[in-house]
Amino acid sequence: MITAVSAEALALDRGGRRLFEDLSFHLRPGEAIALTGPNGAGKTSLLRAIAGLLRPAAGQIRFASAQGPIEADEARASALHWLGSADGLKGSRTAAAELRFWSEWTGESPVRLSGRGGPERSGPERERTTLDSVLDALGLTSHAHTEVRRLSTGQRRRLALARLLASFRPLWLLDEPLAPLDARWRTRVGEMMHAHLDEGGLIIAAVHDTLPIGARELRLEPA
Amino acid sequence: MSARRPTPLLALFLRDMQLAWAGGGGPLLAGAFYLGVAALVPLSAGASPERLAAVAPGLAWLVLALASLLSLERLFEPDWEDGALDLLAQGRAPLAAVAAVKAAAHWCATGAPLALLAPAAAVALGAPVRIAGPMLAAALLGGLAFAYLGAIGAALSLGARRGGLLIAVLVLPLLVPPVIFGAAAVEAAAHGGPWLPSLALLAAYALLAVAAAPFAAGAGLRNALG
Repeated sequence: MITAVSAEALALDRGGRRLFEDLSFHLRPGEAIALTGPNGAGKTSLLRAIAGLLRPAAGQIRFASAQGPIEADEARASALHWLGSADGLKGSRTAAAELRFWSEWTGESPVRLSGRGGPERSGPERERTTLDSVLDALGLTSHAHTEVRRLSTGQRRRLALARLLASFRPLWLLDEPLAPLDARWRTRVGEMMHAHLDEGGLIIAAVHDTLPIGARELRLEPA
Repeated sequence: MSARRPTPLLALFLRDMQLAWAGGGGPLLAGAFYLGVAALVPLSAGASPERLAAVAPGLAWLVLALASLLSLERLFEPDWEDGALDLLAQGRAPLAAVAAVKAAAHWCATGAPLALLAPAAAVALGAPVRIAGPMLAAALLGGLAFAYLGAIGAALSLGARRGGLLIAVLVLPLLVPPVIFGAAAVEAAAHGGPWLPSLALLAAYALLAVAAAPFAAGAGLRNALG
């Protein structure tokens, strides 16, 4: 269970260009960072670097648990949920099948947060209930057996967000999580993020609008 | 993890099998290509039974290699394009395991059906019926080698324009041994000779590919993400 993410003197290059340098931050449980900045400032690249999908040009990204520092690879494999602008959902499969696959892929975090009731994984029956309740929380129950390609843009984004709830992982990296959602769902997803922070989760989100949660702003300026 | 819950890698295997057949694209296209080329051979090489019977085993084997190569271009590309590879990289399984499972699913969905067509095509072209067994075995093992070696090319060519061409150039040299061993086994069977030694060499090469290729393909996938 990771409890802290930090960056020290981080610099990122993209396409042979320096995006930013000497960036540092420290994020503790229950905290959120809103990454802001103009297009091309490196918000997505920073998220990709934290997720291990992009190698930093300089600097370090560290993960720590209550017991001390943990290996970045281990943290990424077990404690991190990624929500990119490309959602990785397959058009020819049903919403329920895709959600089930990704919840199996990300699995359960090995160390549970103390005091968190959370979804119990005692068998297929219980698991189905969990996935049903996740679909219900995102208003997708009536679309569970719809092919993903027939979902609207907003419904599709809600299905991608459903993955965050289907298996518990403490660190959420979100790239424009609210963009295609209407006002009502922005509020609901904001509540979802609140609940995650209350459980000791950590959120880093790239946004253009303000996040509906109390988040510290980290503004990226082109170098 | 309870025994009834599929492991992540099994879930990935089942997902890929379903995706391969749901679109109808991969296996059916490769199969149609295979049968189409086999049907064109008598028209281009001449329809005399003696000549066809002489080239049938070799041709059936060659077309199998080409059909496998044709279908490999899309092994990782869809997942890379739509962001699924980013998510697969955040699982407990390393990318080498992802590559191994995806190649295995590709072999089951596309390689095995093609292998079933190979003896039928060879016999239809006039090869003796006794080659059907060795041909099927060689096609199954050869397809396994093609899938795993092709995965290296498919991973390395991600993001490159004309990726299919790059796969062919990268992978073709690696396909030489299985083509030689497989064709030798089928040729020996056609003449009633001992075909097991060549088949054993082919099996050894296929197993080497299964064991080693996923690491190279996994490194290629990691590189494509950055």
